[in-house]
Amino acid sequence: MDEKVRLKGTPIKRFDETITVERSSTAKYAWTAGQAISRFLVELKKGKLIGRRCNKCRRILIPPRMYCESCFRATDEWIYVEPIGTVNTAVVSYITTTREKLEKPLIIAVIEIEGTGGSGLFHYLEGVNPEDVINRKVFGMRVKAVWKPEAEREGSINDIKYFVPITGGEEK
Amino acid sequence: MKMNINLKNRVAIVGAGLTLFRRRLKETPKELAWAAAKMALESAGLELSDVDAVVIGTAPDAFDGIHMKGEYLADGSGGTGKPVMRVYVGGGTGVFTPIAGWWHVASGLFDVVLAVAEEKMSPAMPHPQSVFAHIWDPIIERPIGPNLIWIFALEMHRYMYKYNIKKEDIARVSVKNKRNALDHPAAQLGAKITVEDVLNSEMLVYPVQRLDISPVSDGAAAVVMVSEHIARRITDSPVWVEGVGWSLDTVHWTGRDLAYPKYVECAARMAYKMAGITNPAREIDVAEVYDPFDYKELHHMEGLMLARKGEAPILTREGITERDGDLPINPSGGLLGVGNPIAAAGMMKVTEIYWQLRGEAGKRQVKKPVYTGLAQAWGDLMQVGTVIVLRAG
Repeated sequence: MDEKVRLKGTPIKRFDETITVERSSTAKYAWTAGQAISRFLVELKKGKLIGRRCNKCRRILIPPRMYCESCFRATDEWIYVEPIGTVNTAVVSYITTTREKLEKPLIIAVIEIEGTGGSGLFHYLEGVNPEDVINRKVFGMRVKAVWKPEAEREGSINDIKYFVPITGGEEK
Repeated sequence: MKMNINLKNRVAIVGAGLTLFRRRLKETPKELAWAAAKMALESAGLELSDVDAVVIGTAPDAFDGIHMKGEYLADGSGGTGKPVMRVYVGGGTGVFTPIAGWWHVASGLFDVVLAVAEEKMSPAMPHPQSVFAHIWDPIIERPIGPNLIWIFALEMHRYMYKYNIKKEDIARVSVKNKRNALDHPAAQLGAKITVEDVLNSEMLVYPVQRLDISPVSDGAAAVVMVSEHIARRITDSPVWVEGVGWSLDTVHWTGRDLAYPKYVECAARMAYKMAGITNPAREIDVAEVYDPFDYKELHHMEGLMLARKGEAPILTREGITERDGDLPINPSGGLLGVGNPIAAAGMMKVTEIYWQLRGEAGKRQVKKPVYTGLAQAWGDLMQVGTVIVLRAG
């Protein structure tokens, strides 16, 4: 097919150029969190990060799974981990979920949780400037979770407000 | 060495069809599927009565707001009263559809299969972005409020960090593909732009800017796939399916190496083994690799082992991936230039390799003689690779 072929299709620029029908659906869902994530959420509410360890590949899976997808066997035990990690990658968002402009840009990162053998969490990063992201200074930075006050926690990934850099001298 | 598999039939592509790709087309999904399917059949010199089975590829039902989309599309795709199968692996669907068509014929079950891919993203209001919000884990990820661009930006930035890649070297992909698309009759966004235009376009999620991204599109594509004895009878220039491969990673993308698409490598290795390809960078003459974002073309060239890790930007900078280069990549104009009606976009890549290998691509025809080509797609939660290797007859 060369460049001169005329293909079918009728572009429209405005809805009033054609007849359209609108309908919106309001499907609602109640998801079960499941065995692994239910416990994970309960622990988040307590201000703790918990994973499942696979004794075969020795990874600690976060978010936890009752099975190890690599070894395809049941994971062995629950294990608490420090909510500390390093920044694997980070970006600066100037738009919301639905693509509206954000007044204040948001920094989002994948945090590799220490001691897990590669488990990552995707969360907000505070206490760094967009410039630190753009010049890639944040890559490899050690960060820790900042929790919501206990009374405000509800058993959600958002019980962690965000991660912040661990500043000099402050350990665990 | 070739994979030791016993195939009942060698499979050829003998016809291809496309519609326009546009932000919003008046035609319904069925009307688009019909236009592409009819064009493919006519180009093969076949009638619907010659077709034994139909394979349909289309991505999330939620774009159209019609569930059971395979069934919905069946009549426009020529499926009435025939064995029909709908396949779906997110953005990887467009290449997975002819892969499914291949096994329908290779198995010996059918001689003539029509493979149709259709996508209409425009119905979702106010923007299909709101539909993408449903791909994440509802409990662990959605409460963070992810935008689809976030996860690609995270991946792109990790890739840039790991190999110290400059944004302008990534922007060259967008410049090349949009320029290539000027010669594609379906193209939505063919344009002459510069690296500076990309770098000055609206910043969405650093490092992703507006001109780094393919558009939202409507469109359809189709190919006719037949067994060897039919191919020999109806054409002098069949395009053989020499290898197919596909692979899926987990949805736990935050625990993955974001700088390298291992699942694409797994899919490519499967297809190369089947095709007897041991040095893809030398043996693949032309490739259509999945480019919904400019960095993905580079990422995928590396996953496909067409470039060494971190070196695809260098090949691009040196002009090797241009139409007149040693390894032309996306001579069609890709998703960045032709458009991205998800499943149809992947199938468009297969049609481009088909036309390139037959020497029928007109102004888009790559300069060097081409014998072996590849099309690849990618999708789901950054986790699937689908690869097809084609060879001129």
